[in-house]
Amino acid sequence: MNKIPNRQAICELLIERANTDKDIVVLCSDSRGSASMTPYVEAHPDQFVEVGIAEQSLVSVAAGLARCGKKAFAASPACFLSTRSMEQAKVDVAYSNTNVTLIGISGGVSYGALGMTHHSAQDIATMASIPNMRVYIPSDRHQTRCLVDALLQDEKPAYIRVGRNPVEDVYEEGQVPFVMDQATVLSEGEDIAIVACGEMVKPAQEAVAALKEKGISATLLDMYCVKPIDQDAVIRAAERAKAVITIEEHTYIGGLGSMVAQIVSANCPKKVVNLALPDAPVITGVSKQVFDYYGLNAEGIVKTAEKLLAE
Amino acid sequence: MENLNKLRFELRQDVLDMIYRAKTGHIGGDFSVMDILVTLYYRQLNVAPDRTQDPDRDRFVLSKGHSVEALYAVLCSKGFFPKSDLLTYSQYMSKYIGHPNNKISGIEMNSGSLGHGLSVSVGMALAGRMDQRSYRVYVVMGDGELAEGSVWEGAMAAGHYKLDNLCAVVDRNRLQISGCTEDVMAHDSQDERWASFGWHVLHAEGNNLDSLNNAFETAKTLKGKPTVIIADTTKGYGVSFIENQAGWHHRVPTEEEYQKATEELKKRGEANE
Ligand SMILES: [Mg+2]
Repeated sequence: MNKIPNRQAICELLIERANTDKDIVVLCSDSRGSASMTPYVEAHPDQFVEVGIAEQSLVSVAAGLARCGKKAFAASPACFLSTRSMEQAKVDVAYSNTNVTLIGISGGVSYGALGMTHHSAQDIATMASIPNMRVYIPSDRHQTRCLVDALLQDEKPAYIRVGRNPVEDVYEEGQVPFVMDQATVLSEGEDIAIVACGEMVKPAQEAVAALKEKGISATLLDMYCVKPIDQDAVIRAAERAKAVITIEEHTYIGGLGSMVAQIVSANCPKKVVNLALPDAPVITGVSKQVFDYYGLNAEGIVKTAEKLLAE
Repeated sequence: MENLNKLRFELRQDVLDMIYRAKTGHIGGDFSVMDILVTLYYRQLNVAPDRTQDPDRDRFVLSKGHSVEALYAVLCSKGFFPKSDLLTYSQYMSKYIGHPNNKISGIEMNSGSLGHGLSVSVGMALAGRMDQRSYRVYVVMGDGELAEGSVWEGAMAAGHYKLDNLCAVVDRNRLQISGCTEDVMAHDSQDERWASFGWHVLHAEGNNLDSLNNAFETAKTLKGKPTVIIADTTKGYGVSFIENQAGWHHRVPTEEEYQKATEELKKRGEANE
C-alpha cells in the first residue's frame, strides 16, 4: 500500500519546481504540517508566506502576490478554505482572475471523528458555483502530480481538494494517462457508466472488476476535473450504458452527481443514481468507516448496478 | 495647487454627472475620498496609462469599492480611458459598473465587498519585497469598513512582516450607511488600534491636498513598519447640503439639487481654497 498522501505529492512537486521557478509562492495558515508543506518551507523559505490562523487573509494575500506576477499556492484545510474564505476565493481570486491555486487539504471526511466543523462535504458545491473557479479532485498521488504540473502551466484560478490519508495508487508512476480537463477512461463497457472522483476512484475500479466477474461491463470515468467537467466523456459513457452511477465524497447536493445528472438528462436521458454523503453531519468514524456506512465503496456500486440492471 | 484645487471640484462634477445620469451611485463617499485620490494620482503614484502592466508601477487598491465613481473620474482625467466612457457608467452592457473591476485600464483588483483590500495589498507588498522592487502599495479603506474582521487579519500580517512599502489610508468621515460610525460600531481609538498591530499612525486633513501629500511624503520615510494615514474627511465634501449627511451615502440628487450642487462645485473650484 502506498504511504504517500496526495498532499505530500503536491509538496514534493512544488519543491522541485520552485528550484527553478522563483515565482512560485506557497502560503499556509498555520497549516504547513497538515499540508505536508514543512519540507517545502525548509527548502524554499523565501518563497513561502505564513499568515497565521487567518484563512481570509491567506486567500487575499495570495491574490495580491499573484497580481504582482507570483504563482500562488494557498494550502489550508478544505473545510475552512471552501467556506470561511469562500468570499475571498470568489472576489480576489475568481472574479479578479488572479493566478492562485487553492489547495484544500484533508478534504471531505478525512478528519473523521473531528466532526462537521472539519469536514468539507460541500466544497464542490461552494467552489464550483463561483464563475471562473475550477475544481479538481485528483484520485492518486501520480495524477495529483500531473495535475499540479498542468496548473503551473496556466495562469487561471483553481481549487484542488486532496485527502489527508495515503490512498492506493490508481495509476502507475510515469504512466498516467493525463490530459488536462479530460476525464480519464479507466474502463469501457456497455451496461453501466460509473463516474467517480478523488478517493472514490479506487473503490470504483474495484467495483468494475467485481462487476466483470458477474458478467456486467462498465465504463469508469475518473472525473478529477469536476469543473470544467468533461461533458463529452459523460455523454459518450452514458449513451452506450443502460444507467449511470456517480460516486463522490461530498453531499449529494451540488456535487459531481448533480453535474452528471444535469448533463445526462439534457443530452441522453438515462437513470442516474448518486452515491454520496447525506445532507447531515456524517457518523463518527475514520474515512473508511464513513464510506462503508453510506455505501460509498465497491460493494455499494455493485449493488446499485445490479439493482439498476434488474429494473 | 490652484490647478489641482479646480480639478478636484471638476472631478466631483464628473461624479455628480455620472450619478445624476445613471440614477445610482455613492456620492457621499465619492466626495469624501476624492481628495485622497487626487493626491495619490496627481502627486504620489508612479502609474501611467501607457504602462499599466509595468512591474515597477505603484499599486493602488480601492478597498471601499463603492466609491468607484470617484476613481473613474480620476482615472479618466489621467487618460486611462476616454471621457465618453463615463457616459456608460452603470448602463446596459457597460464595463463601468458600480464597483472596481480590473477589466478597466488602471484598476488592479476587483473590489466592492468590504474588508478585502488590505490583505490583497499585503500580498502586493510582499511580492515587491521578494522581487526587490521599489514600488509602493497604497490601499484606501472606509471607516465603516473597519468593522470587517478581515481588515484586522491584514493589519496583523502587514505588521508582522513590517511592510514599510505599504501605506493604508482610512477615509475617516465618521459616517456610514446607517448613521454615525460611533453609533453603529465605534471606531475611535484608531491610533491605538493600528499602533498595537505594529503600524505607524499618521493623521491628515482628508480634504486638504497639502496635508494629505505631507502625510504620504512622511510615510515614505518611515521604515520598519507599515503606515496608516487616518484621513479626517467630510462625507459629501464640496456641496454644503450633501456634507455630513448619512442620507447622502447613496442618494441620487433631484434636478433642483443637481443644479444647486453644480453651481456650488463651480464656485468652490474657482475659490482659492
Ligand atoms: Mg464612512
